[in-house]
Amino acid sequence: MPDNSPTFAPAVEVRNLSAGYNGHVALEDVTFSVERGCLAGLVGPNGSGKSTLLRVMLGLHKPWQGEVSISGPPGRSGRGHIGYMPQSELVDWSFPITVADAVLMGRYGRVGLIRRPGRRDREIATAALERVHLAHLAKRLIGELSGGEQRKMLIARALAQEADLVLLDEPLAGLDATAQHDLLRLLEELRREDKTLFVATHDLSCVAANFDHAVLLNRKVIAFGRPSEVFTEQLLAAAFQRHLLVLPGGERTLVGP
Amino acid sequence: MSELLDLLREPWTFEFMQRALIAAVLVSVVAAVVGSFVILKGMAFIGDALPHASFGGVAIAFALGFNLHLGGAIAALLTALSIGFIAHRGTVRYDTAIGIVFISGFALGILIVSTQSGYVVDLFSFVFGNVLGVSWTDVWLTAGLGGFILLAVALFYKELLFTAYDPSMAAATGVPVAAMQYGLLALIGLTVVIALQVMGIVLVLAMLVAPPATAQLLTRRLPPMMAIGALVGALSALSGLYIAWYADVSASAAIVLTATGFFFLAFLFAPGRGLLWQHRFTPTERA
Ligand SMILES: Nc1ncnc2c1ncn2[C@@H]1O[C@H](COP(=O)(O)OP(=O)(O)O)[C@@H](O)[C@H]1O
Ligand SMILES: [Mg+2]
Repeated sequence: MPDNSPTFAPAVEVRNLSAGYNGHVALEDVTFSVERGCLAGLVGPNGSGKSTLLRVMLGLHKPWQGEVSISGPPGRSGRGHIGYMPQSELVDWSFPITVADAVLMGRYGRVGLIRRPGRRDREIATAALERVHLAHLAKRLIGELSGGEQRKMLIARALAQEADLVLLDEPLAGLDATAQHDLLRLLEELRREDKTLFVATHDLSCVAANFDHAVLLNRKVIAFGRPSEVFTEQLLAAAFQRHLLVLPGGERTLVGP
Repeated sequence: MSELLDLLREPWTFEFMQRALIAAVLVSVVAAVVGSFVILKGMAFIGDALPHASFGGVAIAFALGFNLHLGGAIAALLTALSIGFIAHRGTVRYDTAIGIVFISGFALGILIVSTQSGYVVDLFSFVFGNVLGVSWTDVWLTAGLGGFILLAVALFYKELLFTAYDPSMAAATGVPVAAMQYGLLALIGLTVVIALQVMGIVLVLAMLVAPPATAQLLTRRLPPMMAIGALVGALSALSGLYIAWYADVSASAAIVLTATGFFFLAFLFAPGRGLLWQHRFTPTERA
C-alpha cells in the first residue's frame, strides 16, 4: 500500500505502537508511515485515538510499547522539530495574551532557554500571521477571536515553528465552507514547499477529496494508503462501526452517513 | 502643611517601622509578581493551601524547639513540591491534590499545638503575622529570597508564561515543562515563606491574589499586570502601615484591607471594564 517510489523517503514511521491511559487502551499495535512532502489524513471517529497518536508522536504522551521515528535533514530531525497545532478545545482562550505574542511562542523552542526572541523571530511570526490572513488582528487578545480565527492563529503558531513535519489536530472542525477551502489551499501550498502534513480529522469527505494519503484509525489501524484505496465501504464500516454511504465518482469520493 | 508632613514622617522615625515598611513592600512586590501566575492559572487555592499546610511545619518546629521560620519554610516548599508530584501522577485533579495536602498539613499543625500546654504566642505571630516585629536579619533574608524569586521569574519569564498558557504546546516545542511547573510551585512556596512572617497564615493569600487581580482589571497583558500589581501591593503596604500606626490596629489586616480596597475601586471604576463604566456605555462601545 505505501508508495514505494524512491524519491519519497518516509518522514515518520510508527511501529507496533500501543498507548493508553491508566490501563485503558487507546492505541493498539499501530503501524504506518507517512512519506515526506505529502498531505496525509488521520481519520477515525471521536475517541478513536487520533489525538493520543499525535501526542505520542510529539513525545507528549509515553507509549506502552512501540516506537516512532522522525527523519529530517541532518541536525533537524527528531521531536523538537515537529510543528503542532493542538485541538482548539484544549487551549485556554481566556489567557491574557495577544495573537502576536501567542504566535511568537511557536519560536520559543528555537530561541532556547532564558534567551529572548529576537527581531528575526518576530518577523517569522508576523509572516506566519500574514499567511493565514490574520495579521490585522495581531494586537487582539486571543479571547477576542472567533472560532475560525482561533484555528488560524493556532496554524500560524505551528507555521512559526518552521518545522518540516507538522501535525494538526482537527484543524477543519467547526469551520464554514469558505474557511475550510482557505485552509485546504494553505495546506496544499505548504505541501508544495516540501513540508509533510499529518492532519487528524473526522471529516472523511474532506480527506477523500483533497489528501494524498489516509490512515484509517479506530484504536487499531484499519487501513492506510491512498484515499481511494482506504475509503471503501467495507473498511469505513469497520472503522466507524456503522454503515456509511460511499459514492465513488471521478476524482472525488463522496462519503455520507 | 508642615504639620501634615510631620504626620506623614512620624511613623518612620522609629526603626521598627522602617523595618516593617521595607519588609512589607518587598513582600507585596514579590507576591504581586508571583501572584500574577497564580491568578492566571486559577490556582488561588494553592496560595491558601501553602501557608495553611506550612502551619504543620511551624508546629513541629515549635514542639521540637527548632527555628519556626525554618520549619515553616521547609513545610511550604515540601507542600508545593508534593502537590506538583501528586498532580503529575494524573490520577487526581490538581485542586484535589492541593486540598488533600493542605488539610493534612493544617490538621497536623492543630494536632501538635493541641498537645502543647502553656504559652503559644510565638505560634500566633505566624497565624496573624507580625510585621512590626521583624528584625534586620529578617529584612535581609526577605530581600535576598525576594530578589532570588524576582530574578528567577525574569530569567524564565518566557518559559513560565508558555507553560502556564499551553503546557502541551510548550512541551512540543521543547520547553522543559515539568521543570517549569515544579519551579513555579517552588517559587510560590518561597513567596509564601517570606510573606508568612509579615502577613500571617490567614492573610498571605490576600497579597498573592488582591494586587494582581486589581491589575488584571486595569490591563490585559501580563508584563503591565505584574508592574501594576507590584505598585498596588507596595501602596497597600505603605498605606496599611500608616493606618496601623494611627488607628492602632493590626498591620497585616490593614495592609490586606487596603489591597482589597484597591480591588473594589478598580472593580467599580476600571476604564472599559469597571461596573460603573459598563452602566454608562453600551457593551459595543467598550474598548
Ligand atoms: N487524558 C485522558 N485520560 C484518560 N483517557 C483519555 C484521555 N484522553 C483521551 N482518553 C481516552 O482515550 C481514547 C482516545 O481518545 P483521543 O485520542 O482523544 O481520541 P480522538 O482524538 O480520536 O477523539 C478515548 O477513549 C478517550 O476517552
Ligand atoms: Mg481528538
